[in-house]
Amino acid sequence: MRILLVDDEKEFVSTLAERLSLRDIEADWVTSAKEAEKIVDTRHYDLVVLDVKMPQMGGRQLKQILEKKQPGIKTIYLTGHGSEEDYEAGSAEAAYYLMKPININDLIDKIKIALAREAI
Amino acid sequence: MSISLKLFKPDFLWGRKSPENPLQTHMVNYGRLWRSAVMLTALSAILPLLAITWIDYNVSRRAVQSETMERTSRTVSNAKRTISGFLAERKSAVDFIVHDNLIEDLMDPLRLGIILENLQKSFGGVTDIGVIDNAGRQVAYIGPYQLEGKDYSGHDWFHKVVEKGIFVSDVFLGFRNEPHLVIAVKYDLPDKTFYILRTSIDTDRLNDLLSNLELSAHGNAFIINHQGLLQATASKSEVLFEKIAIPVPQASLKTEVFQYDGPEKESFIVGYAYIQDTPFILMIAKNKNELMKTWHKTRLQIFLFLSVGILIVMVGVIGFATYFVNNIYLADQRRIKTLHQMEYSNKLASIGRLAAGVAHEINNPLAIINEKSGLIKDIFQLRQQYAHDEKLIGLVDAIHDSVARCGAITKQLLSFARHMDSSFQPVDLGNVIQGVIGFLGKEAEYRNIKISVNLAPDIPKFESDRGKIQQILLNLINNSFAALSEGGRLDISAEKTNDDHVRITVADNGCGIPAKAMKHIFEPFFSTKTKVGGTGLGLSITYSLVQELGGAIDVTSEVGVGTTFIITLPLSAKSAKQGGK
Repeated sequence: MRILLVDDEKEFVSTLAERLSLRDIEADWVTSAKEAEKIVDTRHYDLVVLDVKMPQMGGRQLKQILEKKQPGIKTIYLTGHGSEEDYEAGSAEAAYYLMKPININDLIDKIKIALAREAI
Repeated sequence: MSISLKLFKPDFLWGRKSPENPLQTHMVNYGRLWRSAVMLTALSAILPLLAITWIDYNVSRRAVQSETMERTSRTVSNAKRTISGFLAERKSAVDFIVHDNLIEDLMDPLRLGIILENLQKSFGGVTDIGVIDNAGRQVAYIGPYQLEGKDYSGHDWFHKVVEKGIFVSDVFLGFRNEPHLVIAVKYDLPDKTFYILRTSIDTDRLNDLLSNLELSAHGNAFIINHQGLLQATASKSEVLFEKIAIPVPQASLKTEVFQYDGPEKESFIVGYAYIQDTPFILMIAKNKNELMKTWHKTRLQIFLFLSVGILIVMVGVIGFATYFVNNIYLADQRRIKTLHQMEYSNKLASIGRLAAGVAHEINNPLAIINEKSGLIKDIFQLRQQYAHDEKLIGLVDAIHDSVARCGAITKQLLSFARHMDSSFQPVDLGNVIQGVIGFLGKEAEYRNIKISVNLAPDIPKFESDRGKIQQILLNLINNSFAALSEGGRLDISAEKTNDDHVRITVADNGCGIPAKAMKHIFEPFFSTKTKVGGTGLGLSITYSLVQELGGAIDVTSEVGVGTTFIITLPLSAKSAKQGGK
């Protein structure tokens, strides 16, 4: 199980990645959509955790690009903002939609559920 | 009833005025507007009415006056014909006798007696007959008086008949001391001498003729001579041979009519005609006031019509002006209210966006603190050195808890702001109430206000506008807080009614609302807090919001006991949206 974290807050995303790896979840992180596109070309990921609002390209647009590159990839959205449309659209598209600040155990639970669904 | 009352007691004249309220200062001066509207419309309606009445008044007066003159003139004309006919007949008769009889026959008393008898039979009014020679002496006479041998040479009429050949005299008393007039005809003899046949006519006949005229309006018919002395009259009270008050009018061949103003402010319409070849003027005088009686009636009718017309116009003008100005006033009130309501919701939306922005910005650093402290905890738990240091773990957990609390607040703020925008969606009433209380909860705690929420379990989620319900509750709870003193109570409860509505009750035990203010509390700009910055719009906006949701709001209050607001909202979106329209 390999996970990619995409968030423009470097301090947040790097720490989250470190904590996940402490829990035996292999997690890479990048801070922009561009970097995410690049890294996806080089490695396979089972799941991406995307920040909805990022400079230049947001999570929802990035999700479509990543799905083209790696069909079947799962997505969990993160957001610091709770706009109604984002929430509704995000819930429909992605497996989960979590609001910052997140509880890491919540996140791990959702990751596991999302990936388990694929297994079925 | 209420409409007619409104007409006489319109809001813009009698309604509340709060000069200290800045929102009303720029409003139009409706009193002045009303006055000018009344004045202008009344003038434009009454001026033509006055003009028409004035013209009508003059035209009818002139018509009545000229008709009166005409009628008098006709009467005079007819009477003149009668009188002159009467005299002409007798004149012709005398003329005929003179020519038909030789002087010898006339000198014969028997023959003269027969002639007199025949004259009296055929014409009447002839009292005597006599023959006068050229020296003026009466040489033959038949009649009731002893006038034979009388000398008329010094008499005026004798000279006139000598001069003119035929003569009708004034009325005079003469030797017999009875009013009579004389008709005398001269007959020239071949020897250049002449004799005169003379008859006396009794003026009673003339008086009778005058009396028989049908005169209206206390009219009086009389005959004067050219000197203005009364000769004959229909009236018994007037004295013959006295000069009449009316001046002798100018000679005229036609019948003339003029107005005579007497010394005692009495006006007469006087018609007269000169009777040709006689010294007589026929006059008919009528009392003008009597003649104009019909005109006075018409005049009264005109004035009555004018007064009623002005009254109707004024009532109409005042009614319409009041109606229209009041409508303008109400429209203006609505406009200002809408304007301020928009301003108010814009303000709320701005606050919402600001709050959302702040919450978002805080969420990111919170997330970092969360992860960093989480990592610290992870590391502690991995290292034997700290794994059992409960104090350190406790510190990190405390950071986590605080972050979680901050997160809860920002989430609440975001959720609240998110619903500022108007849209219909399923609403969980309990959730909304909690959200609103979340904002005011701290203030309640500081002021030691106890808030209790009591929701009936059977209230379903219902389609409505969450943002509006939020604002309604926020306004009502804010109002309650303003009324509550330290240690007060606020009870919020909700229950489902039988007719598919939900009833929300917000009750406080604050200072209450005075009965005088109760009537006005939902009106815009009514505020008991103007001095402390209230606009008087809070409850009026709340009222509008409830209406927009298709609901109803009611209030009961008692001073010193508390106030209860009851809001009823429909559970079905359809009626709610209809209410919104």
